[in-house]
Amino acid sequence: MTDYSTLEVPGPTITDLTAPFWEAVSEGRLIIQRCGSCGEAVFYPRALCPHCWADALKWEDASGHGRLKSFSEIWKPGHPGWLPVAPYCVGLVDLAEGPTMLSHIIPADRPVKIGAELVFAPTHAGGRVLPFFKISDQARSST
Amino acid sequence: MRHLSPRAVLTGIGELKPQRRTQGVTTMELLMRVSAEAMTDAAIAPDEVDGLLVAPQVGETPQHVPATVAEYFGMQPTMSNMVDLGGASGPGMIWRAAAAIAAGQCETVLCVIGNHRNDPAPRSPNRNPAREFDTPFGASGANTSYALLMQAHMDAYGCTAEDYASIAAGSRANAQLNEMAIFYGKPASVEDILASPMVASPLHLLEIVMPVAGADAVVVTTAERAKSAPHPPVYLLGAGEKITHRAVSQAPSLTSGPLKPSMERALSQAGMAVTDMDFLSFYDCYTIMVAATIEDAGLAKPGQFGAWLRDNGGMGPDARQPINTHGGQIGFGQPDLAGGMTHVVEAVRQIRGNAPNRQIKGCRTSLVTGNGATMSEAVALVLGGDA
Ligand SMILES: [Zn+2]
Repeated sequence: MTDYSTLEVPGPTITDLTAPFWEAVSEGRLIIQRCGSCGEAVFYPRALCPHCWADALKWEDASGHGRLKSFSEIWKPGHPGWLPVAPYCVGLVDLAEGPTMLSHIIPADRPVKIGAELVFAPTHAGGRVLPFFKISDQARSST
Repeated sequence: MRHLSPRAVLTGIGELKPQRRTQGVTTMELLMRVSAEAMTDAAIAPDEVDGLLVAPQVGETPQHVPATVAEYFGMQPTMSNMVDLGGASGPGMIWRAAAAIAAGQCETVLCVIGNHRNDPAPRSPNRNPAREFDTPFGASGANTSYALLMQAHMDAYGCTAEDYASIAAGSRANAQLNEMAIFYGKPASVEDILASPMVASPLHLLEIVMPVAGADAVVVTTAERAKSAPHPPVYLLGAGEKITHRAVSQAPSLTSGPLKPSMERALSQAGMAVTDMDFLSFYDCYTIMVAATIEDAGLAKPGQFGAWLRDNGGMGPDARQPINTHGGQIGFGQPDLAGGMTHVVEAVRQIRGNAPNRQIKGCRTSLVTGNGATMSEAVALVLGGDA
């Protein structure tokens, strides 16, 4: 298992608005905003709903499930702090709630494929907990 | 034929030779040198320029960019602005210049972009959502974003690594016809490209543009004023623009981008079809961008760009529809935001009939594209000469 905890990498630039998201992640939970007016889920966190512009976004627990829309194995990281774990995988996670989130995909014992079922995997990395995802063991037949 | 009215003319061009490094040279110096070249080319004196369009400057002038450039140039324009569309900034300037002229605010607009590459060339601090929700996962930089787009396209349509690499090989082949290109004298085959190191799968090193210092400038003026210009006129016949998102995670589609509606609008304004274009000057930060543009232009069905390129006879000046004869940015080098303007400058050369060593026979029309961020900001132009 790759050890991410000792990485010296840039962390999130947290704002007052996004702080609840990162606090939840630090407790091992994934939360997402949903609009009380149009019902759409929103990621990344915003002040107003980008679908209907209502000031009605509320946090809720996300399912933690998603599907891999695309991925890349990074051999030459954009930031040198990631070199100790290169090559590593980043991907676009099509969250079950609707929006897409970019995340780090923890390697599995089989090739990564688009369409793979993913599950939330909070991980200690670079001195904090980050909302990584891993390929779900339950859904080997999904691709 | 329906033209934009009144027709604006691209009457002067300037382009500096790309350099890997500059030593102590400021961006402002590069901008003024390339502007002087473009104004000489147009036979327009600096005091005749009354419009100024510039782009953001990496690591130099953070604010008041147009005023700073105007002051350095000794100009007092009646219209100025900064066009901030990433790689689409150059093409985006051309129709804005025409619009400012049509609005009666100026008669002759200088559009100029460039960037030095001194050590260190600091990037401005970034606090937008990409910094919070992409970077912490190890996804900083454009390579990752374009790798994600390429992987999705490859997976959706089953295109081969060779299909994409053929674009880089075609660009390198064209660069052998351009002494200005950073890869002049350095051809690369499909095999060379696929043998180069993997940077972010499925993207190899030689499928990525080389960042260089450089600058490009274009003078846009009225048809009336252009009558006394030394070169044949190149008209802006149509333009289209569309902006959809910033971060790749927010892209509405991973396989088709905002260039699709932009190109449709530009061609419709010009009253032409893409098959009428004698030259395709397609923005190419990565091979996937050319692949997606060929398909979004309707030249090939989704996933069929590789077969289309083979039928087209490659990308060179003798191809059925030549592509990026200056080498594209993949062969020429990417002078930061000026990269998109290199595609405009080459289209002007080809339509004028004075592209050295690589002239397309009877080139009258060109579709030029610009692309910014992660297939996010799109501008398409149709340029044409007198029939
Ligand atoms: Zn809403």
